[in-house]
Amino acid sequence: MSVGAPRIDVIVSEVVEVNDLIKRFRFVRADGGDMPHFSGGSHVVIEMNDHGTRRMNPYSLMSDPADSKGYEISVRRDDAGRGGSLYMHRHVKAGMRMQIGHPVNLFPPDARAKKHLFLAGGIGITPFMSMMSQLAPVGARFELHYSVRSRALGAYVDRLTAAYAGRVHVYVDEKGEAIDLKTLLATQPLGTHLYVCGPKGMIEWVKSTAYAMGWPANTVHSEEFLAPPVGQPFEVELAASGRTLTVGAAQSILEAMEAAGVDAPYLCRGGACGQCETAVVRCDGHIHHHDHWLSDDEKAAKTKIMPCVSRFEGKTLVLDR
Amino acid sequence: MGFEFNNETFRNDFTFRNSPRAIARFPFPFDRDDYMYSVNMEPHVPGRPGSVFEHAFDVDEHYLAEMRDRALVLKDDPLRCQSLPHMELAGWDLLELIMESKARDYPHWFELHKTGNRWTWINRPMEIEQTFTFLDPSTLPYGPMEYITRQTQGDFTLQDQRDENLWIEAGMVTTQADWSLDFDIGMSFHEWHAPVPLAHEKGVFDRALKFLLKLQHGAPVRRFNWTMTVDPLLDTSPENYPKWGPTKSQITLDNIGKRQHLRVELQTLWRLPRSNAIAFPIRCYLIKFEEIVTQPKWARRLHRVVRDLHPDLAAYKGFLRNRETMVKWLSQYDDGAPTSPGWWPED
Repeated sequence: MSVGAPRIDVIVSEVVEVNDLIKRFRFVRADGGDMPHFSGGSHVVIEMNDHGTRRMNPYSLMSDPADSKGYEISVRRDDAGRGGSLYMHRHVKAGMRMQIGHPVNLFPPDARAKKHLFLAGGIGITPFMSMMSQLAPVGARFELHYSVRSRALGAYVDRLTAAYAGRVHVYVDEKGEAIDLKTLLATQPLGTHLYVCGPKGMIEWVKSTAYAMGWPANTVHSEEFLAPPVGQPFEVELAASGRTLTVGAAQSILEAMEAAGVDAPYLCRGGACGQCETAVVRCDGHIHHHDHWLSDDEKAAKTKIMPCVSRFEGKTLVLDR
Repeated sequence: MGFEFNNETFRNDFTFRNSPRAIARFPFPFDRDDYMYSVNMEPHVPGRPGSVFEHAFDVDEHYLAEMRDRALVLKDDPLRCQSLPHMELAGWDLLELIMESKARDYPHWFELHKTGNRWTWINRPMEIEQTFTFLDPSTLPYGPMEYITRQTQGDFTLQDQRDENLWIEAGMVTTQADWSLDFDIGMSFHEWHAPVPLAHEKGVFDRALKFLLKLQHGAPVRRFNWTMTVDPLLDTSPENYPKWGPTKSQITLDNIGKRQHLRVELQTLWRLPRSNAIAFPIRCYLIKFEEIVTQPKWARRLHRVVRDLHPDLAAYKGFLRNRETMVKWLSQYDDGAPTSPGWWPED
């Protein structure tokens, strides 16, 4: 179970093919009421019933937080993934009923920032869209640097350049354009907060460059949701509930527990929030830690695991659940 | 609602009292015969009709008198209400939460009408009708947090969330159990809890912070805290300690029933949607010892809790010097009979 708030019954009110890889979905409440308000940078977990397999994937909200009539997300199709994005692309149509979680924000803009500097790569643009919608009307200072593979795949380039003229800078890989990151970071006013969302390599590059240039850690923010990786099936023993489960190749430990009716906590389901942290009772083998939550020392100690994204290879894994 | 607002004072002549109805619904904080710190949080969902849990924000017979007292405290010391500049949006979140809750739960007293961002708020008990523009502070006589908390019982703090911590950065604090917003503002979660004894060693604050960082919008939680206060004084602030501290030395077996009060805080925690901040309402309920002992179960139990409490806690809560007198006076209402689990008086 996720902590707290009940899920929201919604209807898919609109599906828009933004380009070859990206579709946008709009959800409204099934009872016709208003959606809960949310803060820029929030995500929701979308529940899918994929022909009997229950999938729950987190997606950033990209719509204007002031729009209480509906929520919008963009989903990039991942042909090599576990199937959540494929399900959204192939099977989710306007008019369908679905369930979504309450918004949760693991990537909020720092309210004290003198300026917000946003760096987006590809589909990583979505959380910044809700942040900018929230910040622009109150006169907050921000700037977006948005890298896209090609102009055709640059979802929302036109919309954003029109809405925030002079504050949006676009870099097209195909044309050989790239952010001059060092110059950009060297010319920011004191009190600037830096935010990055995009591919893993980009996040690491931006963070390490910023730290090397002396940016304080608490002014550098990032968000990367991990899709639980595909791997070999393995067994896991649950000490508290006395069960032994087989985790399938395209299944996470969390999903295997849920499918077996074991009540396990979660929030983001993407290795970021820490809610599902579980103690390892015994480990004879290797834990493939995929999360951003545990420290390197904790990962090496093999005493904790994040069942939403991490996997196991070896003889025995016993969890306190 | 079947009751009238009391005309009473929380200072000088101290005419505050609880009606039999208010005594019966008092949030007695002890669900067993002993007490130790715990995180003790539960979902803040509507509870028994007539109880203080029935609604999100309880409005009781002391409403108008408490609001008059708050205005007097603020007149003497405006620093009891502060909001750092980045907390204004959280203040609007709080204003919206309270207005919507009260208009829903007490429609005969409160109304909220919205036309886009143009809102009209009616507070009949306080004879207020205000039309304003949501998110435009120039359309209200005070900032949004101050405006609504001048009309709502209980203290309020607003916590910003960043760097895996909570920071107390706005508040309206005039009915506090000996702590100061002016001193604490800007502190992190562990910093403002630093004076609490024993709980740190038990890891209570580490667990509580971890829990609160994940608090979800739409799923508020609540807990109790309690202490002891001589005379029904809402404003037991460190700033005014010279005025109320010495009254502890005046407690005798003859006056304890009337002057000694159990002070209970119903604390709730709410994730705010637009700001991602956390609102922390701390609602103070006072009850005289002589009012408590009208409920036999509570009389027995309070005697046992006070008698057996860890001395560090009695010292922290400020009643160590009167504990003996309390126990002696309360013992006449404890026949040794077992008490039933839970805090409801009649169960």
